[in-house]
Amino acid sequence: MSVQSAVTRKPGGTPVPTTDGPRAGRSGGAWIRALFARRPSGINLAPVLLGLVVVCVGFQTANSNFLTPWNLTNLSLQVASVGVIAVGVVVILLLGEIDLSVAAISGFCGAVLGVLNVQLGWNAWLSIVVAVSVGIAIGTFQGTVVTYFRVPAFVITLAGLIGLQGWTLALFGDRTAINFDYDGDVAKLTATFLSPLAGWLIAIGATAALAYFTLAERARLKAAGLEHSDLRTQVLKLVGIAVGLGGAVAVFNRDRGVPLAVFIFVGIVVVMDYVVRQTRFGVRLLAIGGNAEAARRAGIPVQRIRIAAFAIGSGLAAFGGVLAASRLIAATTQSGAGDTLINAIAAAVIGGTSLFGGRGSVYSALVGILIIGSISNGMDLLALPSAAKFIITSMVLLLAVVVDAIAARGSRSQLRE
Amino acid sequence: MNALQSDPVLELVDIRKSYGPVNALRGVSLQLRPGEVHALVGDNGAGKSTLIKTITGVQPHDGGQILWRGEPMSFAGPRDAARRGISVVYQDLAVCGNLSVADNVFLGRESRHSGPLGSLLRRVDRTAMEQETLDLLRSLSVNLQKVRTPVEGLSGGQRQSVAIARALLGKPEVMLLDEPTAALSVAQTHEVLNLVRRLRDQGLAVVIVSHNLADVFAVSDVVTVLRLGQVAGRFDVRSSSQQEVVAAITGAEWGAGLPSLAEEPTTTEQELSR
Repeated sequence: MSVQSAVTRKPGGTPVPTTDGPRAGRSGGAWIRALFARRPSGINLAPVLLGLVVVCVGFQTANSNFLTPWNLTNLSLQVASVGVIAVGVVVILLLGEIDLSVAAISGFCGAVLGVLNVQLGWNAWLSIVVAVSVGIAIGTFQGTVVTYFRVPAFVITLAGLIGLQGWTLALFGDRTAINFDYDGDVAKLTATFLSPLAGWLIAIGATAALAYFTLAERARLKAAGLEHSDLRTQVLKLVGIAVGLGGAVAVFNRDRGVPLAVFIFVGIVVVMDYVVRQTRFGVRLLAIGGNAEAARRAGIPVQRIRIAAFAIGSGLAAFGGVLAASRLIAATTQSGAGDTLINAIAAAVIGGTSLFGGRGSVYSALVGILIIGSISNGMDLLALPSAAKFIITSMVLLLAVVVDAIAARGSRSQLRE
Repeated sequence: MNALQSDPVLELVDIRKSYGPVNALRGVSLQLRPGEVHALVGDNGAGKSTLIKTITGVQPHDGGQILWRGEPMSFAGPRDAARRGISVVYQDLAVCGNLSVADNVFLGRESRHSGPLGSLLRRVDRTAMEQETLDLLRSLSVNLQKVRTPVEGLSGGQRQSVAIARALLGKPEVMLLDEPTAALSVAQTHEVLNLVRRLRDQGLAVVIVSHNLADVFAVSDVVTVLRLGQVAGRFDVRSSSQQEVVAAITGAEWGAGLPSLAEEPTTTEQELSR
């Protein structure tokens, strides 16, 4: 689908604002709405990708080290852990809820991993599984409280945030950090790079699989006489994805190869995108985010899906915490504190997932975290002070939220018509 | 009413319902026949919504009988009623604006792919859903080709047809439409009334609840007027005037025969129906 302009995708109803013509200037938000018009399958990523390019070109101009394979590899390793957390945030935002405890969960589960793996000497993989399960359990608990006691999620998860910081401190006791074995499996999770050949095989395999599935789907639609995208558009899109994937692998291979953690992060994005867009659970999740009352009347088990979404969000937050601990080779009392929460939520929103529920895409976590990570990494390269970093990150988030609100107002005013 | 009536598919006999001391329904009888549009009118608090809730199994009644094809029965809940073949389209539409037309039609009943794609990968079969949606819309003569567009981009009338298509999915025999033309423009109202006629022509027993007597007279065969929880009149639209119906709604021709106003259930029933 798509490449058609966003404007022509809205048949019937009131005329959708267009980017040209005298009417465009009348309302300040009209052209933004048109540019950010949402696609039926989720969101329009084009403006966000454009933003990413602007950020990258800007920093490259300021510091020629920015777009080097070494820096880009580091950048992607830096963002992988918060990126995974952001995927969980997207799932919960799609439901129309918020989870303020994701960063605290990531810190707590990193600490659990440390206690199990280092202090108790458990096997690394078993420790990781248990740490993530603890995250899922926390999410299930919070989701249950939110669902059955009808308490706003932000209050419950705010309580969770503070409580989990307490539990984390309790786990550490007198220590401020638990250090992992430098050559252990936990550390290897983010210190492993795929061989150049493996990188290429993955890129080729992924492109081939994507080409097969999209073209097969297109053929199915065509055979059924349903609306299907034009073949040339489809092929162009595939070529674009192939070039993007190939380019990424080529850049990684010029440094140390594709980082395992990045591969896992992207894998999680792809799987969760499938879950959200192609499964019954995902359709129902979006339905609840769009109109919970309609979903309930349609017989959807709203409560169960809400709890499941919170469990998924917290499980991903826990895994993000595992990646963060692995990258630092330590769990500290500061893990998951600071700007982790704001970055995870900002990534989801900057990527285009709505705070108002039901609209967005898992890919927004990927693109959003790349933008946040690039800004943060670029400002580090320019040796900007922390003050400037916080201020600039907050301004980017503010901009994204305003754009989201304008876009949401656009679609709501259509509903009223 | 003409003599060649088919047997009612659903019959309510002397239905009673009270909320504490308030009698919302005091013995209402109603016969719904296939291929007939039955309008329920009445002032606020007359008992329309309570009656709808009884028919759709949302709320049990206290007294009286529901006969389904002549057999007495009771509904355990809305899903039970839906399974028996009673569908409702609510006033506020209850569509998810962010979902596509096809996803809305199949909301809560999404088809899954056959084979490993469905059992292993849990994939929703959008091709089948879109195809059936197109068929349903075509059977209603709705010109809506883009079943993949989000519903929020559609007009009010088109959204109403999506809601009706969804109600048709379970192949119901009785369809209740709660204020189907409220908040629609003239053209869209016309569109929706045509839909109602098509439902009737497909042999459904259609119930419309409406405040708009012009719409009621345009589309229905029988009008039942509820007032203070009782049937205040039943009219064949071909031989009645709107004035007679209005008189029955307001109680102008009844006057003294009615229960005292102290028992009027207006407020309580409205509160409870929220």
